[in-house]
Amino acid sequence: MEKRGLNLTLKIWRQENAKTKGAFVTYPIQNISPDCSFLEMLDQLNEQLVDKIERPICFDHDCREGICGMCSLYINGRPHGNDTGITTCQLHMRRFKDGETIWIEPWRSKAFPIIKDLVVDRSAFDKVIQAGGYTSVNTGGAPDGNAIPIKKENADLAMDAAACIGCGACVAACKNGAAMLFVSAKVSQFALLPQGRVEAKERVSNMVREMDQLGFGNCTNTKACEAECPKEIKISNIARMNREYLISALQK
Amino acid sequence: MQRFYLSSIVKKLIMSISGLFLIIFLLVHLGANLTTLISQEAYNEVCHFMDTNVLIRIMVPVLALGFIIHIFMACMLTLQNMKARGSDRYAITGKSNISWAGKNMFVLGIIVLGFLALHLMHFWSKMQLQSFMGVEAVTDPYTLVADLFRNPLYSGIYIVWIWALWFHLTHGFWSALQSLGLNNNTWIPRLEVIGKIYAWIVCLAFTIIPLFFLLGLDK
Repeated sequence: MEKRGLNLTLKIWRQENAKTKGAFVTYPIQNISPDCSFLEMLDQLNEQLVDKIERPICFDHDCREGICGMCSLYINGRPHGNDTGITTCQLHMRRFKDGETIWIEPWRSKAFPIIKDLVVDRSAFDKVIQAGGYTSVNTGGAPDGNAIPIKKENADLAMDAAACIGCGACVAACKNGAAMLFVSAKVSQFALLPQGRVEAKERVSNMVREMDQLGFGNCTNTKACEAECPKEIKISNIARMNREYLISALQK
Repeated sequence: MQRFYLSSIVKKLIMSISGLFLIIFLLVHLGANLTTLISQEAYNEVCHFMDTNVLIRIMVPVLALGFIIHIFMACMLTLQNMKARGSDRYAITGKSNISWAGKNMFVLGIIVLGFLALHLMHFWSKMQLQSFMGVEAVTDPYTLVADLFRNPLYSGIYIVWIWALWFHLTHGFWSALQSLGLNNNTWIPRLEVIGKIYAWIVCLAFTIIPLFFLLGLDK
């Protein structure tokens, strides 16, 4: 059976850099295969723009298989588009109807300034990681993988937290521009395991301090982050971080 | 020595503890109010107790402080959050599947506060405040309450207020415990249910009282 291509109207945010004002520009696009991904659709638009000697639209992407955390885009009012548990590169055009208007915006948050068009600077996340998202204890040569017994439940919870790809959808979805889901996932993946436990207190207080200083907002438990996280990270991580932080503050 | 700073988590802890304190206060207040359903004497007796008891006298300023801290912190956090969101707004929002109350806690708080001021003016300033200032309080607080609640406009405003509070409580209860860190995947849904049950009980009971007078059931 022949599949009909989609004809769409794209409203895309275009902005020269962080200092200039941006605006939506309308681009009609024809005959898009429902089988292609959202980013492939944008690739096709960019090829058309290049053919017309216009500046192509800048957007972030890398692995295109949902594991690198590079692609972003706030599509029709939702980070990574209208689907759950996926990144923008995993969003398929079959999720859209023929004739639909699609609004494409960058992540909007004070801590993520726009670099160009749909590309935002997410290095604030890197700074949070630099503040404590690592272990610095000496471990010697490669030990036996099972030398330290770890409870299955904790291993699973740590793995779930470590699934965070740092894409920033949590910040983009949050009405407060808070980074609590990201930071709590990074705190949790260490706090749940014996190797990370050693430096847990310093880690949580340093990472939270860095998060606050970078201008991220305060969590009001709206759960928007959890609803939009492509890796479905749970807000129970935020509760864990609150707990870890308060206990570490009391023990200082 | 690290420079002292109030981290986002500590600010939320303050919100949480003051909120939980107000949640407990609501139960005490409700208990006192429900005596109106028993008899005029019972309610007047409770009011007299509230006016004269030493512990209550100590707790009233603490309660006021609880309100002030909760409101002050809410304003501070909301201002910071608006700044963190930035000046560029999304063209399309509200598509995420999240609770309405959670998104609108500050607005709901303002509504509750507005009615609270009205409430203090109509009741508290004529009852407990008078005796705290050493003036003779209203001798028959029951009649004061009954007369006001027989006014459909006042009762209507009162009921709207209570249901704005319902929304505030459905989010506030579990959210307070989440901020304290007392949560995990199992307990988040449970606490949400407990919070809803609490909100339903408190708000239904608070609604029954004006209806009781409005419908003339006291006679």
